[in-house]
Amino acid sequence: MLEIFTVLADTVVWGWFGMARESALGQAVHFFVEDTSKIFVLLVVIVFVMGLFRSMLSPEKVRTLIIGKSRGLGYLLAVVLGAITPFCSCSSVPLFIGFLEGGIPLGVTMAFLITSPLVNEVAVVILGAVMGWQMTLVYVAAGMGIGILGGILIDRFHLERWVEEYVWKIQLGQMALTEADGSWHARIAYAWGEVGSIVRRIWLYVVLGIAIGAGLHGYVPQELFLRYASAENPLAVPIAVLMGLPLYSNATGIIPVAEALMAKGVPMGTVIAFMMSVVGVSIPEFVMLRKVLKPQMLLFFAVFLTVSFIMVGYLLNGVLG
Amino acid sequence: MKTFKVLGTGCKNCTTTTKLIEEKSRSLGIEVQIEKVTDLADILGHGVMSTPGVVLDGQVIHAGSVPSGSQVEQWLKQ
Repeated sequence: MLEIFTVLADTVVWGWFGMARESALGQAVHFFVEDTSKIFVLLVVIVFVMGLFRSMLSPEKVRTLIIGKSRGLGYLLAVVLGAITPFCSCSSVPLFIGFLEGGIPLGVTMAFLITSPLVNEVAVVILGAVMGWQMTLVYVAAGMGIGILGGILIDRFHLERWVEEYVWKIQLGQMALTEADGSWHARIAYAWGEVGSIVRRIWLYVVLGIAIGAGLHGYVPQELFLRYASAENPLAVPIAVLMGLPLYSNATGIIPVAEALMAKGVPMGTVIAFMMSVVGVSIPEFVMLRKVLKPQMLLFFAVFLTVSFIMVGYLLNGVLG
Repeated sequence: MKTFKVLGTGCKNCTTTTKLIEEKSRSLGIEVQIEKVTDLADILGHGVMSTPGVVLDGQVIHAGSVPSGSQVEQWLKQ
């Protein structure tokens, strides 16, 4: 089904533009046309379908689901729900406080916040379509594993002391569970609204990601990656992660870059480690979390994520390579 | 007169929500009072975690997204 985008790019680039298949420019433009059409069509369809079912999950419902569960089950629920619950990143602070006030352990709350940007439902489907289900499964498992491990460590070391004191004093009102209008008419209107707002928010990341992917695909020789980024070079994974840290993109935007890297023969572990460091650590997110977390906690958080991404990279390259 | 409160820590979606209510009330010619609530303790005190949230006359009527235009009109006409 997805071949139609390849056919479309073939027609446009080789046919209408009359570009040569062997030329770097032709390869780059082909990549750009195919990925732009494919990713945006998928994005609209997936966001629309998810929008239809939005009333099923909200952070308020997630909170109700997790409260009172045992710690072990709590971690698992937190990472699974973190992956599939859509919420605006500006809600992470009230959400953090709301979870803690409900008696949810700090580690479980953090597991939710770690997994949420790393794994999201829209990006997972697009990743599956672009890169195949095997890599997607590995990516999702790694993202959730990091969330659970982070949560366990935070609880194990009792890092509650690194949460700002005022957080523990906030009184939460009766949780407001607003019932959304469940009619199909309202759902469709809402789903369209979601498509508009999400595409408006992330289109630039996606286009930039595709442009970078296209540039890599057309212009960067494969030998360069084989020489510096192969599994034999033990520094490739940490360098990929450190390069990704200051960069920030939405989970969907990084997919075309990953696609181009994989096609150039960069090992899957290195690619996944790079993707996670771009998506999972962002300065705006840290600035926001500073409102509720002390600097020591942010430092712990950053170091933990960096080390985990590197470990994931090595582990996957070792197992799959 | 109806009193709206828009709950949000100042992100873009929250400003959009406030503007939407202002615009709709103006075009319908209904006078309303709109208050922006940005204090975290206040927001959570209303039992809202996912912002933007909308409170109409003391009752939370919406949370977690920018409401649609027709939804806002409905609230204004209630």
